[in-house]
Amino acid sequence: MKKNGVKMIKIKAKNVDVFYGKKQALYNIGLDIEENQVTALIGPSGCGKSTFLRCLNRMNDVIDICSVKGEILINDFNINDKSCDVVRLREKIGMVFQKPNPFPKTVYENISYGPTIHGMAQSKQEMDEIVETSLKKAALWEEVKDRLHEPGTGLSGGQQQRLCIARAISVRPEVILMDEPCSALDPIATAQIEELIDELKKEHTIIIVTHSMAQAARVSQNTGFFHLGHLIEHGSTDKIFKNPDNTKTQDYITGRFG
Amino acid sequence: MNKSKEQLLNKRYKAEQRFRLYGLSAIFMALLFLTIFIFKIFSTGYSAFQKTWLIVPVTFDAELMMLEQNPSNEDLQDADYYDIALKSMADLDPNANEDQENELKRMVSYFFEKEIKNELLNNPGLIGKTKEVYLTASDDLDQVFKGNYPRDLPEDQRRVSDYQLKIFDQLVAKGKVESKFNISFFTYADSREPELAGIASSFMGSIFSILVCLMIAFPVAVLAAIYLEEFAPKNRFTDFIEVNINNLAAVPSIVFGLLGLGVLLAIFHLPRSTPLVGGITLSLMTLPTIIIAARASLKAVPPSIREAALAMGASRMQTTMHHTVPLSMPGTLSGTIIGLAQALGETAPLILIGMVAFVNTIPGSPMDPAASLPVQIYIWAESAERGFVEKVSACIMVLLGFLIIMNLFAQIIRHKFEKKWS
Repeated sequence: MKKNGVKMIKIKAKNVDVFYGKKQALYNIGLDIEENQVTALIGPSGCGKSTFLRCLNRMNDVIDICSVKGEILINDFNINDKSCDVVRLREKIGMVFQKPNPFPKTVYENISYGPTIHGMAQSKQEMDEIVETSLKKAALWEEVKDRLHEPGTGLSGGQQQRLCIARAISVRPEVILMDEPCSALDPIATAQIEELIDELKKEHTIIIVTHSMAQAARVSQNTGFFHLGHLIEHGSTDKIFKNPDNTKTQDYITGRFG
Repeated sequence: MNKSKEQLLNKRYKAEQRFRLYGLSAIFMALLFLTIFIFKIFSTGYSAFQKTWLIVPVTFDAELMMLEQNPSNEDLQDADYYDIALKSMADLDPNANEDQENELKRMVSYFFEKEIKNELLNNPGLIGKTKEVYLTASDDLDQVFKGNYPRDLPEDQRRVSDYQLKIFDQLVAKGKVESKFNISFFTYADSREPELAGIASSFMGSIFSILVCLMIAFPVAVLAAIYLEEFAPKNRFTDFIEVNINNLAAVPSIVFGLLGLGVLLAIFHLPRSTPLVGGITLSLMTLPTIIIAARASLKAVPPSIREAALAMGASRMQTTMHHTVPLSMPGTLSGTIIGLAQALGETAPLILIGMVAFVNTIPGSPMDPAASLPVQIYIWAESAERGFVEKVSACIMVLLGFLIIMNLFAQIIRHKFEKKWS
């Protein structure tokens, strides 16, 4: 999104290095992510795109041997700084995982969990509203409104993934990270989620890791291409797909490797 | 070429068939042993649930009881029942000499005086009248009536004399011997006399021990497991702790008994022979079992659930308490029950801390001396009286029943927890 012709930058990564023990997984990544746009991260398996995504909400903290260096500025605040509170950070940066992972609780409880722990609803009524709007935004309301108090794990795969998206947006995050959200879904469910992503970008900044080149081309405005831990090229999706600067990008996109 | 391939295939099928046969025979063997074991216990033990009574006419002679006219309740309590009790027994054979009267007295338990007293206390109007009273038969006659006694042994090798047998047979012929359900087996504490021995003391002792054990071991073990699995950094120190917990699970139980003896009794001076000390000692034993089970079930919770919670902005503590721990509870609980079942059947450590002492009172709290069911089995199995043989088996049956109920309980809890989300 442009304001007065200037691109609004939501996230700015500078010189990010990531190590798993002694092995370096990311080398000197610098990437700007535009507000209210969809940014796709593509590249062959093991290239570090998921690792980079997990840097953005500090999910790598969970892995003991993983260490992150460099600066990641979100709203001009360095999240790798010691003063950064991960609980607050993750409230602002939602995440959707590769495999749908609803809590083994009811549909309602799945959505209400985030607002509950962050104290976002003062009454049952408010909570009901949050649950309803979140499910509506995730285009799931019509399908589950009669079974809100049945287990979320009983839904189909595509519904479960939309439930996870609804759960992520229930706390109104500024950014949503999606780690191959469609890789476990069939084409119909994939199409539904892609449509949803397009809708969500009005209110959220979205970063999506995907293996499907077609998906990147369909849903994203910007694309970054990762290879062996390096960010080879990034720019507008149009340019990356039609006229890439780097021959590696060209080869990957046209299917010559990867 | 084709033929050899077919042969190979046949060989593979046959190998599978053989393997199934081995498995089936293994199961058959296990079931066979179990059946023999259970059959043996039931066939020896079932008779302990019956008790033999002699029906003896008792004359409540006020003079013999040293009672005044119109006695008060207190007078009845303090009256002398021994003489009328002796007389009732002696009257079974009017021609008995002094030795024989003594033998007649020994045909019933030494509770006979008390049984007669209770009869009168329940019905004070009996003074001066005669009534037939049920008296507990001596353990040997009990066995004679149940057909477990070798009557054809020479008299000097028997504890029952020919004279006693003669009188007893007369009573049987007159229908004055009856067998009834043995309530006292469940309500009496231990006794040196098999006909008066019950499991009330050891049963309560076991329950109190298990409760103390549960109350100490469960919270400590679960907290330890949660910390180790969810919070502790993975380094040499935690590895060391893990190895030691596994070692602790393999320590022979008698060592824990020595620990209880040396620390709880000798240093802290906790009351000896009590379920409190027994429970604490057993909890040390149960601790590693529960920790290992709880850790395994925490590990089995998919990491994706933890990630989902963390990514929602839950703190580590919230992730653990809201998601991981509830999901791991069924496994933890069944591990706990297994640990408690082990503790319930444990004998050696309890013997060392003195729960093997002869206790003829029923404990009302964990601070009172008590035995426990397995120790009771051990005590009775060591006793010489024939009457204890069936009691041992009966006690084993009660212990097994207790274990089955506990396991059932564990299954129900498990089922309920898991059903909720499947």
